[in-house]
Amino acid sequence: MDQTNILIEKKEKEVLVDHFTGRKYKDRLFLSAVIFFSLITISFVFLIIGAMVLKGYHQINWSFFTQVAPDTFTAMMAKSSGQLIPGGIVNGITGSLYLVGLASLIAIPFGVLIGIYLYENSKKRYAAVIRDITDVLQGVPSIVVGLIVYLWVVVHITHGYSVLAGSVALSIMMLPLIIRSTEESLKMIPDTLKEAAIALGTPYYKVILRVLIPTSFSGLVTGILLAVSRILGETAPLMLTTLGNPAINWNITKPVSAVPLLIWQFYNDPNMVDLIWSSTLFLMGFVLILNLLSKWIAAKRRF
Amino acid sequence: MNEINTTTKPSILSIEDLSIAYDIDKYAVRNVSAKIEKNAITAIMGPSGCGKTTLLRAINRMHELYPNISTKGQIKLYDENIYDMSTIKLRRKIGMVFQRPNPFPTLSIYENVIAGYKLNGIHMKRSERDEIVETSLRDVTLWDEVKNSLHKKGTFLSGGQQQRLCVARALAFKPDVILLDEPTSALDPVSTAKIEDLLVELKKQYTIVLVTHNMSQAARISDNSMFMYLGELIEYEDTKTIFTKPKDPRTEGYLTGKFG
Amino acid sequence: MNSDKILKYVLFIASLLILLIAGGMIYSLFRGAIPSFHQFGWKFLISSKWDPTQGREQYGALLFIAGTLFTSILALVIALPMAFSTSLFIGEYFRNTRMAAIVSTFVDLLAGIPSIIYGLWGFYVLRPFIVSIGLSPQGYGIFTSGLILAIMIIPYATSLSNTTIMMVPNELKEAAYSLGATRLEVIWNVILPNARSGITASYVLAFGRALGETLAVTMLIGNANIIPTGLFSTGNTMASVIANQFGEASGLQLSSLIEIGLLLFVITTIINAVGKFIIKKMA
Repeated sequence: MDQTNILIEKKEKEVLVDHFTGRKYKDRLFLSAVIFFSLITISFVFLIIGAMVLKGYHQINWSFFTQVAPDTFTAMMAKSSGQLIPGGIVNGITGSLYLVGLASLIAIPFGVLIGIYLYENSKKRYAAVIRDITDVLQGVPSIVVGLIVYLWVVVHITHGYSVLAGSVALSIMMLPLIIRSTEESLKMIPDTLKEAAIALGTPYYKVILRVLIPTSFSGLVTGILLAVSRILGETAPLMLTTLGNPAINWNITKPVSAVPLLIWQFYNDPNMVDLIWSSTLFLMGFVLILNLLSKWIAAKRRF
Repeated sequence: MNEINTTTKPSILSIEDLSIAYDIDKYAVRNVSAKIEKNAITAIMGPSGCGKTTLLRAINRMHELYPNISTKGQIKLYDENIYDMSTIKLRRKIGMVFQRPNPFPTLSIYENVIAGYKLNGIHMKRSERDEIVETSLRDVTLWDEVKNSLHKKGTFLSGGQQQRLCVARALAFKPDVILLDEPTSALDPVSTAKIEDLLVELKKQYTIVLVTHNMSQAARISDNSMFMYLGELIEYEDTKTIFTKPKDPRTEGYLTGKFG
Repeated sequence: MNSDKILKYVLFIASLLILLIAGGMIYSLFRGAIPSFHQFGWKFLISSKWDPTQGREQYGALLFIAGTLFTSILALVIALPMAFSTSLFIGEYFRNTRMAAIVSTFVDLLAGIPSIIYGLWGFYVLRPFIVSIGLSPQGYGIFTSGLILAIMIIPYATSLSNTTIMMVPNELKEAAYSLGATRLEVIWNVILPNARSGITASYVLAFGRALGETLAVTMLIGNANIIPTGLFSTGNTMASVIANQFGEASGLQLSSLIEIGLLLFVITTIINAVGKFIIKKMA
């Protein structure tokens, strides 16, 4: 080994030295650039989350989770006397839970069923078309989804902004994510497992319900959690479908608030600025927890 | 024609002029006729692509899972044509063990043994279930190894243990016939020997059909042997005869390692 | 009918929902756009007048199309070095190390941050910063929007790129190393040519994302109905004008906004189809 190394070194010194050091230098330079730009990329996470924490933590208190958003006059009075803005975002929290819950109720069963359909019929032309259209739906900008659901639900069904409209919009955004993640996690199950169940004389629908779904369960959950975390922060489609509501509302045909809608409202009201950051901190925390949870489940799963 | 009748011993399965085609005219199995002896081990040998796995799967109609398959001829279990039976009933009478051990990863060892009942929604008393689990596991000589961890997941077992668990799962229905598709190809020699001993023991109660690419395995444990080539059944004799005095030059060529 | 058949029908019927949603979307967008199309015809695409004043209503989409394309292209250009470096970091230089896992987690986090939070951060942190270094007096405009969009699309451009970079067979790389190539030369001559279509597809899909982004841009672009004249000019985008004016719009204005929605739908679908096509050809 040593001898060859010495030999190579000698050779380098004789002929290749300039050429090789030039290449080596470039190689190093490029690596530094890669590391530099990668650091910039991840620094945005710190910059954004850092800003939220620094500006938002002092408004997070008990009433933040228990009271509805204040009106602009109350906020102005509190601000001018140098106090914290009273009230909280409970109308947004309940609204978000309501909207996302209802959207999940629509999107999860359909998404899983369609995912199973695509997995079962993967070779059929019709299934390929459905898969492509699902991809198209996933790419539709959220504002366009909001616009469509406005035309469908707000105009024709609830005749006004409503919980239903908001949930339908969110469910349309969830659906493609759940379909694809269901199909992908089913595909990871080895065929022999399916065959083992069939060879035991199991009817096919029971193979799906009792073998395929339980085996891919953690994959399904991961996909659902990611889809929920994706729509939790959606704002634009909600602006066109549920508008917002200063009070807590459980009526499905009436407008409702949501945390991102409140943030948008605070942003547009100079008196409420202080509430923006605590609300985003809350929203981000929620999204983050769902994200990490799904990562954790994904890391633990075998199929 | 391959109208070969090995013995006058009682048979349980009778394959009658069976042909299986993928697409039109691409035959995986061509005009095969044979009777399978009861309480014996029948080995199916042949080079890869000869149709041995398709023939095996045809016996409990698992081959119908392949797309665009067409089947002609019939297979009789006792006197009933299996192609007239419901697949669900058939597969409970003719169990199957696969190349790679495939216990259900979400089920415990206990649940894996009675998976057939569980998946079919057949309810039993606890004592009945316990009994089936214990006898099946004893039959595959796994009971002593796992009796204290019955409620752990089956996937924690070693490969050989997993495969024996899969045999137990097939036995739990008390089938007439057990089909095994190269059951030891993914196992080490020690585990392989255990499975072979087990099969010899099991033939007292069950009829066993075994696909194997391992000639010495067929010679060691089988009573009768089939040799298939390009979808046809070339030769079917009792194992001693086929290994010592093969009639067909192709059988001889395969057994002496000239191709395969 | 047995249960297996029932299940088959249930699955099939569920799949119809996708056709229904997609078909309904296209139908509603077209139908909603008819009044505007009757009024302005193809001129809608090349006119940059947007005047909702009663009596002399006139609408054209050009300035929004221009604003959308400018911000998205700028975003792609800014995101490129960062996404490219990050995918090399994860997929090649530090592949399968703890460092790569950490960076990859952060990139995922970036993808998880909601649009409105990017908008707020852009408004309260990035915009004042741009003012303070003297790039622009107000901080609004194409550049700020493009920058925030760039950060938003980095994860989309990164994730697919680094998988394709990882998929380049080791034997090829080793062959090059054995001939004395440096890492950079291997990246340039072996990895990039082999991963080219995956990387291209990831940028195309990221571009599609940028086109449809709404609130973050709405908060930063300045919402001025003009065709942007430079990097620091203000402007407006298709998604933003829908978000800003949809609530109060009716009649011809509503129809025009729907037509913009239709255009946005068509453009993003084409871009996404191109991306998917590149991926399919690669597989």
